[in-house]
Amino acid sequence: MGRIYLDNNATTPVRPEVVEALAGMLKGCYGNPSTLYCVGHEAHVEMERARDIMAGILGCNREEVIFTSGGTESDNIAVLGAARANRKKGNHIITTKIEHHAVLNPCKALEKEGWQVTYLPVDEYGMVNPADVERSITSGTTLISIMHANNEVGTIQPIAEIGKMAKARKITFHTDAVQSFGKLSVNVNELGADLLSASSHKIYGPKGVGLLYVRKGTKILPIMFGGHQERSLRPGTENVPGIVGFGRAAELMAAEGPAEEARLLKLRDRLWEGIKAKVPHVKLNGHPAMRLAGTLNVIFEYVEGESIILSLDEHGICAASGSACTSDALEPSHVLAAMGVPPEKSHGALRMSFGRENTEEDVDKVLEALPKVVEKLRSFSPIYKDFLRQQTA
Amino acid sequence: MAYSEKVMDHFRNPRNVGEMTDPDGVGKVGNPVCGDIMELYIKVKDDTIVDAKFQTLGCGAAIATSSMVTEMVKGQKLDDALKISNSMVAEALGGLPSQKMHCSVLAEEALQSAISDYRSKKGLK
Repeated sequence: MGRIYLDNNATTPVRPEVVEALAGMLKGCYGNPSTLYCVGHEAHVEMERARDIMAGILGCNREEVIFTSGGTESDNIAVLGAARANRKKGNHIITTKIEHHAVLNPCKALEKEGWQVTYLPVDEYGMVNPADVERSITSGTTLISIMHANNEVGTIQPIAEIGKMAKARKITFHTDAVQSFGKLSVNVNELGADLLSASSHKIYGPKGVGLLYVRKGTKILPIMFGGHQERSLRPGTENVPGIVGFGRAAELMAAEGPAEEARLLKLRDRLWEGIKAKVPHVKLNGHPAMRLAGTLNVIFEYVEGESIILSLDEHGICAASGSACTSDALEPSHVLAAMGVPPEKSHGALRMSFGRENTEEDVDKVLEALPKVVEKLRSFSPIYKDFLRQQTA
Repeated sequence: MAYSEKVMDHFRNPRNVGEMTDPDGVGKVGNPVCGDIMELYIKVKDDTIVDAKFQTLGCGAAIATSSMVTEMVKGQKLDDALKISNSMVAEALGGLPSQKMHCSVLAEEALQSAISDYRSKKGLK
């Protein structure tokens, strides 16, 4: 049974060209890039080549690219580092209710240290209203952190508009672009971002590496202390093979450009149209148009998400859920809750996210399996039975 | 987190699944906000559970524990059935991941609720 991997927003398979780049580094290029002799210099050259690729994609200078251990670290440095560096100016942060926990939890930590945080609401499509951002700005606002595209539902935020607002008010603006980097345009000047987080393993690169773009002149403090690496903002010997792999992955994404996004969009819409035609009582989560090409989040009413995932796994299909039962926290999705989805419905949410290995054939196989799975689970769902009774009554 | 093979077996092929026509006792527990609802139906003869069926909305652990508890109670005297605890159900399934233990409570509660429904209907309470 072939595996159909539909959880590319969680992580992606490392692509062969990246494996090759990584293997080349691991085998022959072990030097510490901070050293002066030839072995170290070789590593430094490879790492700086990756930095140049990133600078090209971001439309920035190479000195503005800081390599980190991943999206979570980038978000933490951005939020904690920018907030603390501006402490004398003010202690107010604006973010949203739908951020990744890598932004939400640093904000919560800052609240305990005396910061005020505004968590902006979103509309039913998961979209932030820039007017809400404007209204929330106070004289003490020093940081705005709003994600570019949401990981659960894929909604793309009006970042450029918010960026302009932040710039006019001289407020540091961070965007978590972990889901959009390599997929959407992330030119930092067009977005108006002072800080931007990205991650390697979402774009077919290795895990454990990411980047933080830091606009020249942005006030920011490190959260870790050590050597001078990465402008002392991220001390510690760099993950050189990882960085080179990340660079290769980003380079390939940039070369493929919008063609691959258009292909994913077709697959995603084929799946959604098929689900709508074959399964009753379903609802799409996320914005109908302003949404990542590969992200499809659907509520199947009267069933629970984890049971769908386990059943799909029996068919070799890997997907994710918004259900509380799939998380250790046992809390339903905070993103769907912010979009006004009641918990009894968000338990039935399924996220299917496409990637470069997916084909039309995969979509058709899912459309074979999924309706049967949902039908089976509904056949012994007490709330579906009650619903059917109400219909006939 | 991974489920035991036994949990997956009961999830894939749930035993005694479906609604019972004319049950002697019904236990309804859980609520849609938590994401787990279980309905347990029992048939009683001479103070003994002669048949049990269930309907469950919930995760893999909720469905598997529902299935297992229906297997465990069949042929049991009511007083003996009341001694079945959630940890006994979990144990019969080869264990549950720690964060899923609360799902097995659902099965225990549904059983107690079904027996007390039967007894109150019979005026035995």
